[in-house]
Amino acid sequence: MDRAAIIGIGQTKAGGRMKDFNYAELLYPAVVAALEDAGITIEDIDNIVTTSNDFWDGRTISSMATGDVSGAWDRNISCVEGDGTFGAFYGMCRVLSGVYGTTLVTAHSKGSESVSPYITNAAFDPIYVRSLGLDMVSACALQARRYMNRYKISEEQCALVSSKNHRNALDNPNAHLQLDLSPEDVMSSRMVCDPLKLYDCSPVSDGAVAVVIANEERTKKLGKRPAWIQAVSFCMDNYLLGDRDLAECAALTKAAKKAYETAGISDPRKEIDVAEVYDAFSYQELMWTEGLGFCDSGEAGRLAESGATRKTGDIPVNPSGGLLASHPVIAAGLIRIAEAVRQIRGEAGKMQVDKDVRTALAHGVNGVAGQSHCVWILGKE
Amino acid sequence: MANVWDKVETRVYESRIKIPYAWQAGETASHFLLSLKNETKFVGKKCTQCTKVLVPPRKSCPYCFVETGEWVDVSDEGVVETYTVVRRDTGILPAKPPFVYAVIKLDGADTGLLHIVGEVKPEAMKEGLRVKAVFAKERTGRMLDVEYFKPV
Repeated sequence: MDRAAIIGIGQTKAGGRMKDFNYAELLYPAVVAALEDAGITIEDIDNIVTTSNDFWDGRTISSMATGDVSGAWDRNISCVEGDGTFGAFYGMCRVLSGVYGTTLVTAHSKGSESVSPYITNAAFDPIYVRSLGLDMVSACALQARRYMNRYKISEEQCALVSSKNHRNALDNPNAHLQLDLSPEDVMSSRMVCDPLKLYDCSPVSDGAVAVVIANEERTKKLGKRPAWIQAVSFCMDNYLLGDRDLAECAALTKAAKKAYETAGISDPRKEIDVAEVYDAFSYQELMWTEGLGFCDSGEAGRLAESGATRKTGDIPVNPSGGLLASHPVIAAGLIRIAEAVRQIRGEAGKMQVDKDVRTALAHGVNGVAGQSHCVWILGKE
Repeated sequence: MANVWDKVETRVYESRIKIPYAWQAGETASHFLLSLKNETKFVGKKCTQCTKVLVPPRKSCPYCFVETGEWVDVSDEGVVETYTVVRRDTGILPAKPPFVYAVIKLDGADTGLLHIVGEVKPEAMKEGLRVKAVFAKERTGRMLDVEYFKPV
């Protein structure tokens, strides 16, 4: 099969209530930056995939509202509803179809413009669940409790993750929150939904990101610093929370296994140099590192304590600060891909991990409490 | 150089999308909801392949991708698998915080049911707690016909 690579990335600084732009205006500079980064113009783009969610945008067929700022006028555009990693997956498939040489993939979110519990409540089944009033935070709290109880993960271990990621974000010029939080600060933050405290939860951020994906031929012609896509895989768990074993992330384990097989990775902890994972909550980074096979089930708390997932550790996780520092919904997964590309290029500035990054992992989530996972393996070759 | 936009006042347009929906529950969910309403009873559907009893019931099995078979009565008592104490008011809650959400596996069911646990102090909540449904006096055939579950 043909190969594909990411040849351009562009991102806006994430933030709180951004009042100088509407959401399309927020996306435009990210698109311009991605094209500039690739050293190409919009004329080099064969098709566009936007990633959005109508509820978050407050507009139906919201892709149509970001078409013009994605350079889509007079071109082929399609939209994916959900996390940016899934939009990028579709964008890559379009390139690998042989029909298109390049795909521009965009994702944006202005979470500050709506009320997030109302929106995430609407993700639940209206007949069986929605009237109970659950939202993303309370649903994930149910998962956190189940996981932490089964594996004796402590709140202190979760606080370590939050502190690590917030401090990593101090080096990330695009991060929304730049807080020098100690584990004690996290532990003493107010309880939102037991066992989740304020700083165990990611913020609702505004932000936008764009990447350019090209097939092998166009990458060789255009790509200056390509990050090659070695594997992508995704897998979904059941919709109703009561159907799932909430202490496990079987869908991620399966997606990761498939991605590793494709990329020829047998020992992910040794062979992956850096990982950007979807840490919407501190406990999720622990769960996902287990699902990704960086340690055995139930061992992620101890892995975090050992320092292995710090920027200086042997398997750095979220040197950018992850979602705990910036969570523009929808864009968050695509930002993980952009951060992985930076690490591979050696262009992550103060976020750069202290080793030769040959292989990087990016991970996105769609749905409530990690229902669906998308795993990307990117490499220098 | 002074930013020419510094003095620009930006406007906010506040609005709300209100769209009426009439979601059909379908015959499977309707039977479940009417059993709550008319008989204060929980019913599940058994998968013909994996034999799991699904509560709430589904017309097809989410695990096996086949149509489910017979209806099975399950208990109004069960065990808390996981829970959380809601501390903040999001504006869409059915009760005043703090209150408890739980995933409850009813005796005779193989899947968990999401609901509220009442008549309990948050600090008394634990996994494995046995709870029993408290039905509303006025029932209309919806999930909140069960007001909450209480410790047995």
